[in-house]
Amino acid sequence: MSVEFCGLSLAHPIINGSGTFDAIAARRAFGEGLAEAFPFAAYVSKTITLESRLGNPPPRLWETPAGMINSIGLPNKGLAGYLHEDLPELHAMRGDPSCSADGRSHPVPLITNVMGSTGEELARLVEACAGREEIAAIELNVSCPNVRTGLDIGADPRQLEAVVRAARDLTAKPLIVKLTPNAADVPQCALAAQAGGADAVSLINTLRAIALAPGSALARPWLGGGTGGLSGPAIRPVALAQVAAVAGRVTIPVVGMGGVQSAADARRLLEVGATLVAVGTESFRDPAAGARVARGLL
Amino acid sequence: MSAPDRVAAPFGRRLLEVAGVDRLGIYRVLRVADPDGPQPVAGQFAMLAAAEGWGGGEGERPFLPRALSIARVRDGEAHYLLEDVGPGTRRLCELTAGQQIWVHGPLGRGFTAPEPGRRAILSGGGVGIAPLAILQDQLEAAGHPTLVLLGFRDASRLPGAGLLRDARLASDDGSAGHHGLVTELLAAELERDPRALVYACGPAGMLEGVRVLCERAGVPAQLALEAGMACGFGACHGCVVPRRGGGYLRVCLDGPVIDANELDHVDAHAGAPA
Repeated sequence: MSVEFCGLSLAHPIINGSGTFDAIAARRAFGEGLAEAFPFAAYVSKTITLESRLGNPPPRLWETPAGMINSIGLPNKGLAGYLHEDLPELHAMRGDPSCSADGRSHPVPLITNVMGSTGEELARLVEACAGREEIAAIELNVSCPNVRTGLDIGADPRQLEAVVRAARDLTAKPLIVKLTPNAADVPQCALAAQAGGADAVSLINTLRAIALAPGSALARPWLGGGTGGLSGPAIRPVALAQVAAVAGRVTIPVVGMGGVQSAADARRLLEVGATLVAVGTESFRDPAAGARVARGLL
Repeated sequence: MSAPDRVAAPFGRRLLEVAGVDRLGIYRVLRVADPDGPQPVAGQFAMLAAAEGWGGGEGERPFLPRALSIARVRDGEAHYLLEDVGPGTRRLCELTAGQQIWVHGPLGRGFTAPEPGRRAILSGGGVGIAPLAILQDQLEAAGHPTLVLLGFRDASRLPGAGLLRDARLASDDGSAGHHGLVTELLAAELERDPRALVYACGPAGMLEGVRVLCERAGVPAQLALEAGMACGFGACHGCVVPRRGGGYLRVCLDGPVIDANELDHVDAHAGAPA
């Protein structure tokens, strides 16, 4: 079951999607029961930004057929808070030798997800992560608008390649690019990330969506942030299509995700070319979903 | 306060069996057999989802589990008070004895006992009376007398009062007790003797009324909030309410029981999904 991924040795191919499992919060809710059965082979942080963010005003959630829309707005402590407070705590948790699904001692590598809205912000984030031994790999969230053009950086292959290249020059750690599905040509974006020096790509992020306020005569957005991202089994066929298309074009490893609820779903993504599979929304419904999916792959 | 305000949940959802469903007017008391589950602190909640038929209801929902206060723990069963207000609660109301249910909990932060010299006033509205029942059980077992004030919209909901003992009632339609709001009963009690700790759970408008009333009277209050949430354990950041002084609190992790003075205000629109 163990998997090699960008030079990391993982106990199994199941990790979490960024922003779908808060290990520090989970320890408050579950106590030591979490450390005894940590569900993921690597742990991906929430998106960290340079400055702290409070996130979007509520409401932040909307339930859809077979899924949900979230408009959370990337609340986080900012780079300094993450490095000083959260990273040491996460490292101590993953240092527990019982933190593996197969009972053997695979320490759970930490992957830090970062997002910068300018090249300078991203450079500071990547440099800071590059200097920390606790961080095994860096994931770039490129689903953010360019402050000048308003277009998502990750949706424009030329911009994306430049951003990835700039980050590449700042770290020797594995660099994963989290692709946006809200692009005209996702495989082209994946190739751009590869050309920029990415070690892997991960997809799919949530699909842009809105919900309208119920009972309102005028069409008015329900979510405090206006638009949100659709996730859950509703997007699984889209994920399968995009992962298959990307895996058929790039030579670097692919982390596939989108609506995975079972080992059968994960196997489908592996079959079309993913090296790892991330579980996201299903962890909301069952915090141990990652372990269940991993066990089912045995 | 030395007793803990939360117990940890077993990691992962558990498949349990419905022991029975009782009617209390339009409400249902869902009884789930859980002989091995942890003893919750009053005010904690669980995420519930029917094992079968979860999805495919109105609008092809529900998808997410639903957060329900633990109303009582007795004889190896956990009780939940339900009102059919949407596809999730509707499906839970339809369950019958012997069917299976996914339960994930107890979660969140519960109530804490009053300091000596303060009497406990339990003030609830509608289906929100649920966590006050287990609170009354736990406070009285610890030797704290309780005064219970409950408000309901109409006669079809009044039987819910049977969940607690010795309740004084208010009703919007005047069908029983005080014709008006439960916060009016509370205001009179605080006027009479402000050496109290108020425990409240109910609709957002009522909780905001309790918060303002207690702030003006200088009386501490612990509010059990409701919010739409996806996970119940701090992962989704979907259930936030505004914190006094800026920023947000996660209802699932920092609450659902939150000291009134930690809140900026009680917001009405965190309610979905139902």
